[in-house]
Amino acid sequence: MSQQEPIQEMICISCPLGCHLSLYKDETDKLTVTGNKCKRGVVYAEEEFYAPKRVVTCTCRAESTVLPRLPVRTTTSLPKEHIDALLKAAYELTVKPPVACGQVLIEDFNGTGVNLIASMSLGADR
Amino acid sequence: MKELHYDVLVIGAGAGGLAAAAEVAKHDATCALVERESHLGGILIQCIHNGFGLEEYKEELTGPEFAERLAVEVRNSAVDVYTDTTVTQLETDTDDGLKIAYCFSAVYGVIRISARAVVLAMGCRERNRGNIRTPGTRPAGVYTAGLAQRLVNIEGYIPGKDVVIVGSGDIGLIMARRMTWVGATVHAVIEIQPYPSGLTRNIVQCLNDFDIPLYLSHVVSRIEGRDRVEKVRVSPLDNGIPDEDNSFDIPCDTLLLSVGLVPENELSKEAGVDINPQTNGALVDSTMMTSVDGVFSCGNVLHVHDLADWVAEEARRTGRYAVQYLRNKRPNRQVRIKAGANVRYINPTMFDPDNPDKLYFRSLIVKNQAKLHLKLDHNPVKEVKMSHIQPSEMLHVNLKPKDVASWNIMKDSVLEVSVE
Repeated sequence: MSQQEPIQEMICISCPLGCHLSLYKDETDKLTVTGNKCKRGVVYAEEEFYAPKRVVTCTCRAESTVLPRLPVRTTTSLPKEHIDALLKAAYELTVKPPVACGQVLIEDFNGTGVNLIASMSLGADR
Repeated sequence: MKELHYDVLVIGAGAGGLAAAAEVAKHDATCALVERESHLGGILIQCIHNGFGLEEYKEELTGPEFAERLAVEVRNSAVDVYTDTTVTQLETDTDDGLKIAYCFSAVYGVIRISARAVVLAMGCRERNRGNIRTPGTRPAGVYTAGLAQRLVNIEGYIPGKDVVIVGSGDIGLIMARRMTWVGATVHAVIEIQPYPSGLTRNIVQCLNDFDIPLYLSHVVSRIEGRDRVEKVRVSPLDNGIPDEDNSFDIPCDTLLLSVGLVPENELSKEAGVDINPQTNGALVDSTMMTSVDGVFSCGNVLHVHDLADWVAEEARRTGRYAVQYLRNKRPNRQVRIKAGANVRYINPTMFDPDNPDKLYFRSLIVKNQAKLHLKLDHNPVKEVKMSHIQPSEMLHVNLKPKDVASWNIMKDSVLEVSVE
């Protein structure tokens, strides 16, 4: 095993320790992880390898004289392959205040079950 | 001129000021909160990324969400909020012991606020090109990372297309991702230290995710361009000196600087507050009180924190101490704390043996399986194992009454904190 080249290397971000993980696959396609100092490293490596996800935060256009951009975020982490499409959709969106923090702006993006929500309340123009 | 009086005046309505003011009101003292911007929340409003709130609210929030929760708490309390109002002068040497703040505002005119206690919560500002003395021409396109963050996230402008970032502090790393997500190309992050100065999770999620190279032990040794930045020269450090022979150019139109923060203490200094040269923040005792009686300090104006959650936690404590001061509840005795081996600084610089509390400190070294040693007058009194320490991660230790109970504390005892 040790002679084999790792199929991927990554840094675990489950805690500030930042273990350098090496991922290997054996003949049966089973994933093994080395370099982790605790079991959370294995969980992190498996998710990062098979289904990497990220919370996406960006802004939408706001029809407001107070604030031209409204900060928004995904409700939970989004599979990485959908990030570019989500950013594009968010940048094309124009939101008309009043908006409440947590208000859903895009529901179930591309069937991922992830919503895009406002991350700030913005009152209507006076 | 409008004249107002409060028990406590809080200056600055970022994470620190909001939490301190809310806590003062919760303990039934009158409180004025003065903020120069028109919104509450300070710099949190432009920090649209997630990672806030895990300690304060036990859930992951963005900066604006974290700010909104604190702002709602303040708005629902008895705190009087003055936005668009700048404190320009703070007088502390009055005969009756009252502190006097002169405030200017387009909304309220000139206000004179007298208060029995003041909480300083003005936060920091960014170090800029002048502070790191980068040679070269003076073209457009050089921004501090926080200014660029404000332009992109609040104003809706993208400062450039081809970006190089100086410094691997958290704001720089967050901006590397943000600029990538608005369609710019980030070509490199240049860090003078041999280790990253931001949190590991930001290195992974903001640089590695986008294959942005991080050059450790490198500097930008020259900025070139006539009207706009055209390229920067990047040099590896050889014994601390830029190595010209192995330098290389990176073409770019924008340079973002994430090279540290400086506590904004002009007002504090004018009020006679003693400054700790290690932190550029006030020297505070076990109750977060500065060298000026009745003037307290917390948050990033006291020392630069990694997490807004810790700012809020420290500020809540400070608000409580300010109210105790009003009620003449002061510590009977205080013991000086000294930063020992491998510790850059420790805050606060005193503890109250009858009411020991949390201490924040920073390490000078990077180490796994490290140990924290507390020594009272050279005698070991407490040891704590720390799985990992590095200068960029602020550390803390909780002093508990049961720890301190057995300590042989003399009148001029000193507690020394060191790591190895």
